Amino acid sequence: MVAVNTQKLFSVTLRVWRQAGPAQPGKFVDYPAKDLNPNMSFLEMLDVVNDELAAQGVEPIAFAHDCREGICGTCSCTINGKPHGPGKGIATCQTYMRSFSDGDTIVVEPFRARAFPVVKDLVTDRAAFDKIQQAGGFITARAGSAPDANALPIAKGDADLAMDAAQCIGCGACVAACKNASAMLFVSAKVSHLGLLPQGQAERDRRVLAMVNTMDTLGFGSCTNQYECSAACPKLISHDFIARMNRDYVKASFRSAFRAAPANTGGGGA
Amino acid sequence: MNLVCNLFGSSIGRKFIMALTGLVLIGFVFGHLVGNLQVFAHPDKINGYAHFLQSLGPVLWLVRIGLLVCLGLHIWAATALTLESRRARGSEPYGVKTWIQAAFASRYIRWSGYVVLGFILYHLAHFTLGVAQAGTYKTALPAYTLTADYQVLGFTVVPAGTPVHDVHQMVVLGFQPPLVALFYIVAVGLLSLHLLHGMDSLFQTLGWRNASWSRSLRTVVALLCVAYFAGNLVIPGAVMTGALKPASAAKTASAQ
Repeated sequence: MVAVNTQKLFSVTLRVWRQAGPAQPGKFVDYPAKDLNPNMSFLEMLDVVNDELAAQGVEPIAFAHDCREGICGTCSCTINGKPHGPGKGIATCQTYMRSFSDGDTIVVEPFRARAFPVVKDLVTDRAAFDKIQQAGGFITARAGSAPDANALPIAKGDADLAMDAAQCIGCGACVAACKNASAMLFVSAKVSHLGLLPQGQAERDRRVLAMVNTMDTLGFGSCTNQYECSAACPKLISHDFIARMNRDYVKASFRSAFRAAPANTGGGGA
Repeated sequence: MNLVCNLFGSSIGRKFIMALTGLVLIGFVFGHLVGNLQVFAHPDKINGYAHFLQSLGPVLWLVRIGLLVCLGLHIWAATALTLESRRARGSEPYGVKTWIQAAFASRYIRWSGYVVLGFILYHLAHFTLGVAQAGTYKTALPAYTLTADYQVLGFTVVPAGTPVHDVHQMVVLGFQPPLVALFYIVAVGLLSLHLLHGMDSLFQTLGWRNASWSRSLRTVVALLCVAYFAGNLVIPGAVMTGALKPASAAKTASAQ
């Protein structure tokens, strides 16, 4: 027997950023969202509102979403001035309507950053993160099949720290929360995740130099140590990784400046 | 060269410049405060100290130029980073934006910086160049004759009987206008607030901070800032309340 849902339905007003395309001007538009079940997720609520808008012949609100279980980082939008909404350590998809009260006006807008141009409504193009990853977020060692357990000893503390950094889902909340639109939490997580493991040592210096350089080139801001990023992060990645990246970057700058260059770099003439 | 490019051209490099120049300036302001607190001892102390510093000649200028370069770089890095960060947000601002956890001192670091810069300019004009309040500048006051040797690390650097500028009198007279004293108090209050974020931040920027001791660091930084503010408060405070009187120097002069 299905339990009777005694939850009281409620209604809110959505103030949503509507923008038809990348170069178009946008504006906030209010939509009523009526008879909401408090246990529906924020995205389900948007689905319901969109059904009504479609029935009325209004263009539905465009929002990005994929896994809806907090692991893909696609559902990025700013809710009431905080990326991913009021919850701590959760993404928009795991924000539930019970976080809001009857009669609330909920302001929903895209992540704002020059490096994240708006595609449409709440959807932003976050390919800038891919470019940073492609600049150095990889290892060149043969990955092959899974290695034997314990064939390569890694201290428990290092492994755990690397896993903390590896939790980053690349959603961009750190950039959206930062008053400087800095991507340093994302970049530091990617730099540290590989830099903490033995497999990542070969490219450690090249990685941090290339990723930071790409981050700067793409027009992200810089860190003023306010730690809004780690507070907004759905994976609660620590800003300690930014300190680690700063150290790594300076060490790598010194090492690359004073590294001995081989006299003959040619491949041997014919 | 790559190293120089990375230091001056990259976001992290510029942050390093902020942190390192900040560290030098923190060292200076704390040293400066300790030197100034000699105003509460016999006038021989601060007058001998001031004469000793002036007598360093080229070394004094080396330090002054070094400090000015640090200040210049600190302001340049702050400006460059702020402009970059403003551009990074993009043309469309947030409709609604809330602070999540940023510390109070960090939100107003730029504004406290502006006031501190204004304060530094006035302070130099007041006590170093003698442009502001010229009537009570040390060169306009009668010379003071040291009644005891001024010693540094047990060595006599200024012997008794040397006629020196009366810095003690200049400080006490300089704080007679209540507006000047109040401005000093407000400015050092904002400088303390600036340091509250700055001293904490520099450890993060240099990569020495992590969660295992960040709370202790924050406490130590807060205590240092309170001590710094209290130390700076008592000098104009003592003049305003009359605890530190200009008569003390006049008495010494009449005794001779």
